[in-house]
Formats: sequence, structure tokens, C-alpha cells
Amino acid sequence: MNILVCVKRVPLTGGKIVLTDDARAISTRHLGFTISPHEECGAEEAVRLVEQHGGSSTVLTVGPPEAEEQLRDVMAIGVDRAVHLVTDDEEWDPQATAAAIVDAIREVPEPYDLFLFGNESADAGNYQVPIRVAHALGLPCVTGVKGIAVSDGQLRCEQEVEGGRDIYELSMPAVITVKEGLNLPRYPSVPGRLRAKRKPVEDSTPPRRQPRLEMVRLHLPAGSGKQVEVLGHGPEAAPAVVGILRELGLV
Amino acid sequence: MTPRAESSKETAPSGRGVPPSQRVVVIGAGIVGNSVAYHLCRLGQTDVTLLDKGPLPNPGGSTGHASNFIFPVDHSKEMTLLTLESMRQYKDRGVFIESGGIEIARTEERMQEFTRRMASACSWGIEPVSLLHPEQVSELVPFIDQRLIRGGFYTPGAGVVDSLRAATMMREEAANDGLTVAANTEVLGIDVEGGRVRRVRTTRGDIETEHVVIACGAWSPRLAAMAGASIPLTPMVHQMIDIGPAPRFANAKGMIEYPIVRDMDTNMYERQEGTNLEIGSYAHRPIALDADEIPSIEEAALTPTELPFTQADFDPQMEIALELMPEIVGDETVGVKYAINGVLSVTYDGMPLLGETAEVPGLWSAAAIWIKEGPGAGKTIAELMVHHESEIDAYESNIARAYACQRTKAHIRARASEGFNKMYGIVHPSEQWESDRGVRLAPFFERERALEAVFFEAAGWERPHWYASNAPLLEEYGERVARREAEWESRWWSPIINAEHLAMRDRAAMIDLTAFAIFDIVGPAALDVAQHVAMRQVNVAIGRVVYTPLLTPSGGFKQDLTIMRLADDHFRVVTGGAYGMSDLKWLQAHLPPDGSAQIHDQTNAWCTLGLWGPRARDILSSLTDDDVSHEGFPFARCRWIEVDSLQVLASRISYVGDLGWELYVPIEQGARLWDVIAEAGAPHGIVPAGIGVYGTTGRLEKCYRAYGFELEADYNVVEAGMAWGKVKDEDFVGKEAHVRHREEEPAALLCALTVDDHTSSAGIKRYMLGGEPILTSDGDPVVDRRGRRSYVTSAGAGPSLGKHILMAYLPPQYAVVGEQLSVQYMGERYQVSVQTNDSTPVFDPENARVRS
Repeated sequence: MNILVCVKRVPLTGGKIVLTDDARAISTRHLGFTISPHEECGAEEAVRLVEQHGGSSTVLTVGPPEAEEQLRDVMAIGVDRAVHLVTDDEEWDPQATAAAIVDAIREVPEPYDLFLFGNESADAGNYQVPIRVAHALGLPCVTGVKGIAVSDGQLRCEQEVEGGRDIYELSMPAVITVKEGLNLPRYPSVPGRLRAKRKPVEDSTPPRRQPRLEMVRLHLPAGSGKQVEVLGHGPEAAPAVVGILRELGLV
Repeated sequence: MTPRAESSKETAPSGRGVPPSQRVVVIGAGIVGNSVAYHLCRLGQTDVTLLDKGPLPNPGGSTGHASNFIFPVDHSKEMTLLTLESMRQYKDRGVFIESGGIEIARTEERMQEFTRRMASACSWGIEPVSLLHPEQVSELVPFIDQRLIRGGFYTPGAGVVDSLRAATMMREEAANDGLTVAANTEVLGIDVEGGRVRRVRTTRGDIETEHVVIACGAWSPRLAAMAGASIPLTPMVHQMIDIGPAPRFANAKGMIEYPIVRDMDTNMYERQEGTNLEIGSYAHRPIALDADEIPSIEEAALTPTELPFTQADFDPQMEIALELMPEIVGDETVGVKYAINGVLSVTYDGMPLLGETAEVPGLWSAAAIWIKEGPGAGKTIAELMVHHESEIDAYESNIARAYACQRTKAHIRARASEGFNKMYGIVHPSEQWESDRGVRLAPFFERERALEAVFFEAAGWERPHWYASNAPLLEEYGERVARREAEWESRWWSPIINAEHLAMRDRAAMIDLTAFAIFDIVGPAALDVAQHVAMRQVNVAIGRVVYTPLLTPSGGFKQDLTIMRLADDHFRVVTGGAYGMSDLKWLQAHLPPDGSAQIHDQTNAWCTLGLWGPRARDILSSLTDDDVSHEGFPFARCRWIEVDSLQVLASRISYVGDLGWELYVPIEQGARLWDVIAEAGAPHGIVPAGIGVYGTTGRLEKCYRAYGFELEADYNVVEAGMAWGKVKDEDFVGKEAHVRHREEEPAALLCALTVDDHTSSAGIKRYMLGGEPILTSDGDPVVDRRGRRSYVTSAGAGPSLGKHILMAYLPPQYAVVGEQLSVQYMGERYQVSVQTNDSTPVFDPENARVRS
């Protein structure tokens, strides 16, 4: 089976998020970049499914030239190739992003059987792109998936819901959005890293559609950031620790 | 953990303010700051507060992420001493794991370098060390591909430390003795009043204080700037990754089972810890940062000094590690679990920045220190603060050493970047920097360039080391000029140096000495100041020149220099460029507080041209009506004379052992001075000569001592053979100790030796360059009763003698003229003989030339 996993380059933030002067973006002066934990699980799932069922995996991103770093990171754990839809530095709205992805998918000679997305991006969190892609391609779509199994060309997806699980069975091709917890992504090996350097990345520059959603500014909610509470010192702290463990339902 | 609305952001001593006043405030609670605070307490200074902006025990600096391994062997004596002291402290605290360490060679050149490392280990007393065959490396590190290597240099005593634990233990012990600790306390300002540090302003209140120690690693420049001072370092990136778990390490019994591997020729290291392998590199492009580019604790994804990893920079290193250790690094199941661009501090010359800052009394720097030097550096700073001298003579690390042009960001970045990739390099003792040259130019520079001078750098100055235009002298002197067959010794060297030397001895030479540092001590109390710092009598007639040691309180050498008395209340101090700024700091520290004596730095106002040789008087007298005869202008005198249209301060002394003068003129008149001397000298066969003659051949034939080579705080005046005459009645720094030294049997005596046979086993003549261990004729190390090893302090040609001269301190039983010993050089031993055991020169022992 042929799998396409879609990822987005996002800043890897610390405890405190700093905005740019115009408050329209996160200041990345001191930051590295990554993909969301959901997308890491999507990539891991793609690699596992290909290991089990054969076929090949492709990672796609819509992002600036620097996003090649994230494509290489994903290929380092075993994804075979990459498609890079290169943008300028402007953030694209979900409609434009989805349209670019759809155009790219339509051009592929060998069609994909499965499209894996993160449930939402780590930064904008619009929850839209995968659903727009599914709609445009006329494909079934299941969101928030935490379990995937494939047998006889059929997909079985598990979604966590309040008090239990919903299970969907569907035929492929299909669009699935996954959540962290789907699997435990592997660390890349050194040979994997080095192979990723040589794997093919197909670059193209899609036309940007007129944005219809405009982000005016970001606002940092008060009280965000890591907070530490000192529960006490030495043995006197023990009852408070036990209290917290109880609160968390661990004891 | 769930964020809780009512929670506080504080950890250690929460909510409390800082003490309103303290004797010392130490900023930075990494290994260095904790060590400074601990050692201050040990020396009885408990009125100390230790601050850090971050939380404890890991406030977020490089102590928290550094690789923490220590290889003790280094060619630098000072670095080695700081490292050995640090290892001793780590071991005392039980936080040192002796894993052993192997430096591996991929080239023959590296194997040769290892023979030099063997020699340095012997000189500094590090044993055991050994050279390994590839199979022996494989036995110790079975996962290495031995086909890639030529051999190894094994230091069984190398190891890994827990620097965070050591820092914590030091802090806790000091806290029991009265140290105040304030974490999560940011410094907002350092106030300077009345010319010295007065106050540290923090987020928890102000602290009135006399001394502030900046131990803030890569942030140190930012803190120093708050007080108007500079700490000239740059933060730089050192990449490292952790991979694991490796199946081979699954059953490792201890945390560290295998020696640390340094892959020297690729600028990388690999070391096992637990089930992981850490791979680090100094091979990637130099990445220098501004202190302001380091994120705050809150903004950082990891800690502020663990910056995001830039994979592309590390890709080539991954290939290299995979090739060297395929079983571990090539394993598909072994993952890259951690990868950072770690931040460390790098200086323009590779040495730490220790001591009181040049600009602000009471403001101290304990910066550019790595884990391997941390505890030793902390002890050194504490001793300097309390005793004004330290057990380890850290003069190469003295922060005051830097000239203004060496403190600029552009210079620091250029040199730190150039030095970064040489971290594991094979660095020749005379190797020159390539970057940011041509900053300080003598007025003679254009003339020197026209004469094809080969410039070496001294204290930022471009200074001729020899002149290619003197090549015809090689023909003139023929066989008398020894050629060097081995590439290593002919690197950064030319036989022309020896030919220039012979021409000086035969005729005359002119030598650019503009790199001298020159200070005027003036004012009613000028004599008191000069008298207090100088060992010799400086209450001399106007126009006398005094060559004198400056001593440390313990009677070791702080410096040796000359002082000219120009007036009753005016003394001109002339010292070598290398430590000129350190000397200035030392002199300033001895000024009276009432302003009755002052020091003016004249370094950039005067240039100096040396004129020496049997024809020097003929040349000078042809240019002046002043009396320059021996009777009219005796040795060790200085006076103003007219030379052509110039007013010249002429000083009749010599560091090369020939008749002549140092000629000083205002720097804008230097070019004219050069021209008239060259023109008047031409009929006498004058040659321009470089520092190869002045600093090495001329000096060594006369057995003149040099600060930083023979003269260090660890040796005293009696040992150096310089206790001539009686001790002056006036008090001076180090007097009590000096008097005691004169009554004691010296533990060692400075001797001049010559090499009896230069021929190596390969039949090639080899010439030592300095630093090599002196051994008995049986090959055993020579150790004095204070435990100091004998090593070659200086080495160089004596062209007039046709001998290679070595200087070394020897215990009295070996310091006997005619005694045969040996020297270890490039893995072989060469026989040497003691020529003199006092200050008697090996050339012209009667000093007839100088006094002619």
C-alpha cells in the first residue's frame, strides 16, 4: 500500500512563548523546529504499515524552504520519499494549504491508498486541512484516531470517545487524522539519519490562493507557562505528594 | 504535573530577600561559581552570597549539559595544573569515575604528535600513559574498527565527573559554614562607585559589597558590561548527540565500562555511559553567538545553553562515527535520543579568563572555564582574592592580559572560530594565527614589509621574526648556519634567523621592539611605588637603568623588567608585550590611594628600535654629537640624545649580549629613526634582525631568562640564579620570602645545557623546541625535592657556539657543570650536558661585548 503522511513545520517552544513585535507570529529567534506529536505518530504508523504490508510511504509538507529539515527528520525513521510544496514565509490558511495538497495528490501517477494527517497542527490548530482534502477528493475521513489496523484492503480505525471507543471500518483510499498515543514513535537511528539525507525530495512551488482567513494577531493568555509548586521539604512533603498522587488517581 | 493556579514560581530560599551587605557576591551557580564560593569559605571568607538567575541544582548553564570528561594531558603546563587540581577535588568528593581515555590516531603525523604528548605527560608528571597499537586499542574498545587507526595514546587516569553533584556538594558544605545562597535571583545591575564595585542590584534587593565574582559562563560578558568592564569571550556551539540503547552496553556492570575515545584527526569524541554512546564534535563550522542570543530559562525548549540541534552541521560527523564504531552507531535499533547545539565559552587565545578585571577593581572574572578546570580555577580565584597570589600560577589565564584590540567582538570571534577546529589539532609551539592579523603596526612596518619580513604576532603587533631579504647571509655564513632536516622543527623557523644572529655578532643588527609595553610611574610617591614592586634598588641616580624581578608575595616571579629613572619622580617601566597589560594591572594595584603616584600607559606612544653589535657605537656616533663612548655612556644608563633630527631616549642595555642601545622615539618619528639607522649602518654592514634572534638565539647564548618560560611564580630568585648582590633595605613585595629563599638550600637551579648528539635513530638531526622532559642518563624523570619535574623551559640555537641550547631547572645533585643527562623528544632520548648552573652565559661568559 502507498501511504502519504502530511506534516507541518512548527516552532519547538519552551515554557514561555514570545511573540514577534507585530504579534502575528511566535518569535523563533531562539527556537528550533519540529512537527506535532500527532504527526510523529502518523509517520511512525506509515512506516509500520509499510513494514507489515509492503508498499511505500511518502511525507508531504506545505512550508518554507527550511521545512526540508522536517521532511528529512520524518524520512530518518523510515519514510521513503518526500514532497515539498515550497511556500514563502507567510502562513497559509487551511483552504489554501488543502488546495495545494489536493493538487499535488492529483498529479501523482500512482495513487495513494491512505492519507495520514495529524489531528491538528501544533501551532494554528485549525483542524481543517485533512477534512478539506478528504472532501475535495471525495474520500471517507475519520478523525482523532488512536488505533489503525489493515486487513484485506479494509481499514479499521479506533477513536477514543467519552466512556469507550468508536470503531470505524472503511475501504481505502481514505483520509485518517491521528492523535498522539496511536503508537510510540521510534527514535531515528544514525544510519536512518544518513539515509534520509540521500532520499529524494520532490520540490514544487504551488500557486498561493487568495487567503480568505486572515490572522490579525496572537494573544498570550495570562498565567500560561510552566508553574512549579513547592509541596514542602524533606519528609514533611510526603503527605502533600500522596495527596497529589490520589488526585491523579494513581494510588 | 498539572499547573496549579495558586502555585509560586519560587524554589530555593523562596520569597526571602538577599542580605543587604556582603563582603563578596558570586554570580553564577555552575561548577565555577560554587567552587569559588566554597574555596572562599575554606579560606575563612564566609561573608559571601552566591546568586543565580536559574533554579538549583541545575541553573541552566553549561555545567548542566557538558560532556564532563577529563583528559589530563595537555601541552600547556598551566592548563595541566588547573586540570590536575580539579581532578583531585572531584576525586576527593567521590564524583570521578576513572574510565581511562584513548586518543586515537588515523595518521602518522598524529602518531608523532602522540610522542609529544608522551613527553608533555612526563614533563608535568602524569603517569602512567602509553602508546597503543591498533590491536591494543581494540582490546580496550572492542567496538572500534581498528583498521581505520594507526594507534592510540592511552591515559588510564582519564575519567568522567559529575560536575553538577560536585557543585552541589561544594555549595552545601559552604552553606554550612555560612555561605548565603539565592537561586532564582536575577542580577539587574552592578554599581561602580569611586572607581570600584559597590553594589549588586537583584530582583530580590540590593547587596552592598566590596567584591563581585562573575562566574556566569557564556553570559559573563553581559554581566561584566553592567559594571563597564569586559570579559572577552564568545559563546560557541559544540554539537553532541546521545544514541542508545546499544545491545553491547545492556550488560555493562557500571555506568562507565569503556575508555573515552577521542578521534583526534576528525575532531570528535565518543564515550559510553550506561547503555548510551555520546558523540561530540569540534569539527563542524564554528558557530559563534552573542551572549544576547542565548534564550532565557523560560523561553528555552531545553535549557538556555542547550540550543536547537542543527542536523546538517553534524551529518559528516555521523558518517565518521558510523565508520569508526559500526557495531554501535550502525545499529538500526539504536536511536538518536538527544541532540543539542551545546553552548560553551571560547576565548581569543584558548585560555580561561581569571582574576580581577582590568577595568574595575573589586570585579572579578571566573569565566571561559570548562568542567575539567572548574574546581581548580575556583580555588585559584579564591586564593587570588584572599592572598593576592595563587598556588597555581595562572598567569596565562589572567584576564588582565588582553589588550584593547583583543577585547573586540570581531577579534574574539575570529580567533575563537579559528581555534575551534584546532581543539584536537596538532598545534606547533610557534604556530601563528591566520585570522584578524595586522591590527597593531609599528611605524617600521612598511620598511619591514619591503624587506620581506616574515611577521609573527606579539600582543597584537605584527613583528618580524626574520627577514627573507637576508637570505644572502646564508651563503656568507655557509656551514656555520645549521639547517634543520625534520619538517617539524623547520616549521615556523628559518636558518636565516641564525644567519641574522651571526651578522649581529660580527657587525650590527637593528631589531623592532615596538611590542614592548611601556609605563611611566610619576608623582611625588613614584619612587615609593617603584621601590615597593621592584626587588632591586631603584633609588638610583637619574639616568640609571635597573633590570629587576617583580616578586609575588611568596617570592616567586611576577615579572622581570627594566626600569629607567628619568627624573626624581619619574620612572619608566619597560616590559615584554605578552604580559604587558597584566603587569600594568599589577602596578596599578600597588598605587597609593591618595593619588600621589600615577601610572601612564605609554605603550602606544613610543616605538623602540634595538641597535646591537660590535659596530653599533660606530653607527650611532655617526648620527649624533652626543658622547656615546663607553666612558661617556656606560652600560645600564639611559639618556636623551639627538640622532639626526630626532630626540631619542637611548638606553644602553642588551638582551642579545652585544654592545648597543634600545632607541625610543615617539611613534610618529619611528619611520625616520629606522631610515637614518639603516642608512648610517649600511657602510657597517648592518642587517635588520627579527625576534628569532632577540627572543631566542641571542638571548639563549647569554642565558638570559624570559618570563613565562624560565621565570614563573613557582620558582624563586635563588633557583633562577638571579640573587646577585645584597637584599635592599627598603621593603618590597615578596621580601620576607626572598630573604628566606637566600638562606635555604635551593630545590633546583636554573641551568643551561647543550645537546651532545642530535642524531635520531633514523639518522636525522633533531632539535628540541621547548617543553620536553629532562631525564637522567638512565631515562628516569628528574624530580626536585618539591616534586617539580625538570623540563626544557626554552630551547634554541646558539649559532655563535654551534650548539643547541636548552634551559632547565635541575635539582642540585644534577645541576653540576659537565653532568650528563638526557632529553626526551619525539619518542627518543638525546644526550645533553650541563654547561652552566648559575647565570653565567654560555657565550661571552665575561660579558666583555656588552660592556665594551
